[in-house]
Amino acid sequence: MSQLPLRAQLASALGRTAATLSRATGRGDGSVIGGRVGLMLEPDLLRKLAADRKLVLVSATNGKTTTTRLITSALQELGDVATNAFGANMPAGHVSALASSKGAPYGVLEVDEKYLPEVLDTTEAGIVALMNLSRDQMDRAAEIWLLAQKWRRALAGRPAHVIANCDDPLVTWGASTAARVTWVAAGQRWREDSWCCPECGGPLDRAGFGNGGQNLTAAQLADTSWACRECTFHRPEPNWVLDGEDVIDPRGQRWRLDLQLPGQANRANAAVALAVAETLGLDPGRALPRLRTVTSVAGRYTTVEREGRSLRLLLAKNPAGWLEAFDVADPALPIILSVNAQGPDGRDTSWLWDVDYRILRGRPVLVTGERRLDLALRLAVAEVPFQLCDSFEQAVAVLAPGKIDVIANYTAFQQIRAEFGRAV
Amino acid sequence: MPSELSIVWIYPDLLSTYGDQGNVLVLEQRARARGIPTRTIHVRSSDPVPQQGDVYLIGGGEDRPQILGAERLRRDGGLHAAIQRGAALLAVCAGYQIMGTVFGGEEGQPVSGVGLLDISSGRGERRAVGELAADVDPALGLPTLTGFENHMGVTRLGPGVRPLSRTVVGTGNGDGTEGCYAGRIIGTYLHGPALARNPALADLLLGWVTGPLPAIDDGWYQALRDERLRAVLPA
Ligand SMILES: [Zn+2]
Repeated sequence: MSQLPLRAQLASALGRTAATLSRATGRGDGSVIGGRVGLMLEPDLLRKLAADRKLVLVSATNGKTTTTRLITSALQELGDVATNAFGANMPAGHVSALASSKGAPYGVLEVDEKYLPEVLDTTEAGIVALMNLSRDQMDRAAEIWLLAQKWRRALAGRPAHVIANCDDPLVTWGASTAARVTWVAAGQRWREDSWCCPECGGPLDRAGFGNGGQNLTAAQLADTSWACRECTFHRPEPNWVLDGEDVIDPRGQRWRLDLQLPGQANRANAAVALAVAETLGLDPGRALPRLRTVTSVAGRYTTVEREGRSLRLLLAKNPAGWLEAFDVADPALPIILSVNAQGPDGRDTSWLWDVDYRILRGRPVLVTGERRLDLALRLAVAEVPFQLCDSFEQAVAVLAPGKIDVIANYTAFQQIRAEFGRAV
Repeated sequence: MPSELSIVWIYPDLLSTYGDQGNVLVLEQRARARGIPTRTIHVRSSDPVPQQGDVYLIGGGEDRPQILGAERLRRDGGLHAAIQRGAALLAVCAGYQIMGTVFGGEEGQPVSGVGLLDISSGRGERRAVGELAADVDPALGLPTLTGFENHMGVTRLGPGVRPLSRTVVGTGNGDGTEGCYAGRIIGTYLHGPALARNPALADLLLGWVTGPLPAIDDGWYQALRDERLRAVLPA
């Protein structure tokens, strides 16, 4: 790693300085600005920083940050790991991450779905983990079928070993051009983007059509098989299987996960993390205790305290993410929902209508955020009683002391974190 | 008035990318609020479109599903039969383009539509993304149209349709109008979803099938409309 050419060393040193300044002036966590300075000086910097490391790229619509964190924790059993822990998941963030731990023999990088081909091309990473693809921030994101097609092209003819969720048909299609794939049956709750065959457009036979993909029965949820009615595309035989609270490894051994992170989606992330770890020679017996140490990721799942109220913060950026958050939220507790529509959230709030909110009937629901009126109408049509609040603070004050769940989309979540001084 | 209103959602497996389910839910809610029971049928693209429905909906989607959807609807013929029987139809974005004679495929190539609306669409120079506000054709007697558009389409209206509205903010068809209507078919580029942002449009569709409808409490609809229109219209 110290073999970087002088220009690259200088670029990466300058990048670190800019990052330090950015943090010191309170203008960010520093991970992106440092990388931008570095990339301007040395376009090949990312390639050079990636060389001679065992590198894992992690991409998906949901769960990238958490899975990156889980894999990183596992690999720390083997040695130092460079990672973009702040979720700065484009090339500038990758440069920052790798430059700040030059000696680390391992790297785990969260990669924005659209940037995966470019980052794979530049870094020549040996391992790629792919979990799920679903509709997200539709007024700016690429269409997901095109995204999967780009993954296919990027992976074809490369030596990279892909770890992919075979319960997601689009991910399976995106991964299946890779030279080597380990399939993980990690489940799929949101199915509304995978009723049609990505290969031929024919109907996929699978459980759950016609109920908005939500409120799947336990049997439907457990039935993750799928196959095209018109061509041969079907779910591959999994090497790893997530079965409720357990992961079954390729030798048939069952591992109780016992994570501190809540919910089915995090058990899916953990299953993928275990498969990645084993690829690098770390068996579940050594990896799992590390996964169990992770309690919150960039404020997600954190509990914060205010005037006797314990607020658990859940991030949900898109319809699939809301289903995951509902899975974690406690039906016995009041819940605060906060929705914005700034650039990073997507300015179109139509996606609210893809989420089935009826599951919230029967608990106190408080609605806030910049687009609270969109959410209010959505809940009114779903016949979910709620109370509208002008601010998050007001919503907290309305509720009696005790435990409260909070679900917010991206910028709404960041605003709430900022209120607590990012102490979370 | 039918004893039970049947709502047919066409091809949600292909065309439901932008909260299109919302249009279904709003129709159900507004019928229910008037004591009209509803039954909703989700039609997969591999299944025939039933001919006996009352209100039909088709939504937005990516290029490839749009082409597949158009092919299947043409072959199926069920929607044509329903429209001839007097059913109402709301077609949104990609679904709107499909109703015309031709639209642009992923490389801009012309693809045949189903020919239920006298319109033809192609690909524009740049993507139209953002809030839209438009004055509805006075003949329909509806308040200002509001919604969110996200498309690259340019749609030319033939003599067989009338523009639904004249744009105040936004792109719409690309010629200063947004959407169109003919008989009991309404086409629009608007998401939001369109019927959540424009409950009067929902009532127009319902009324075509059920006859005159009593007023209902529109409080939350109105609050959202007011806020959105305030946000985009010049003061
Ligand atoms: Zn197929």
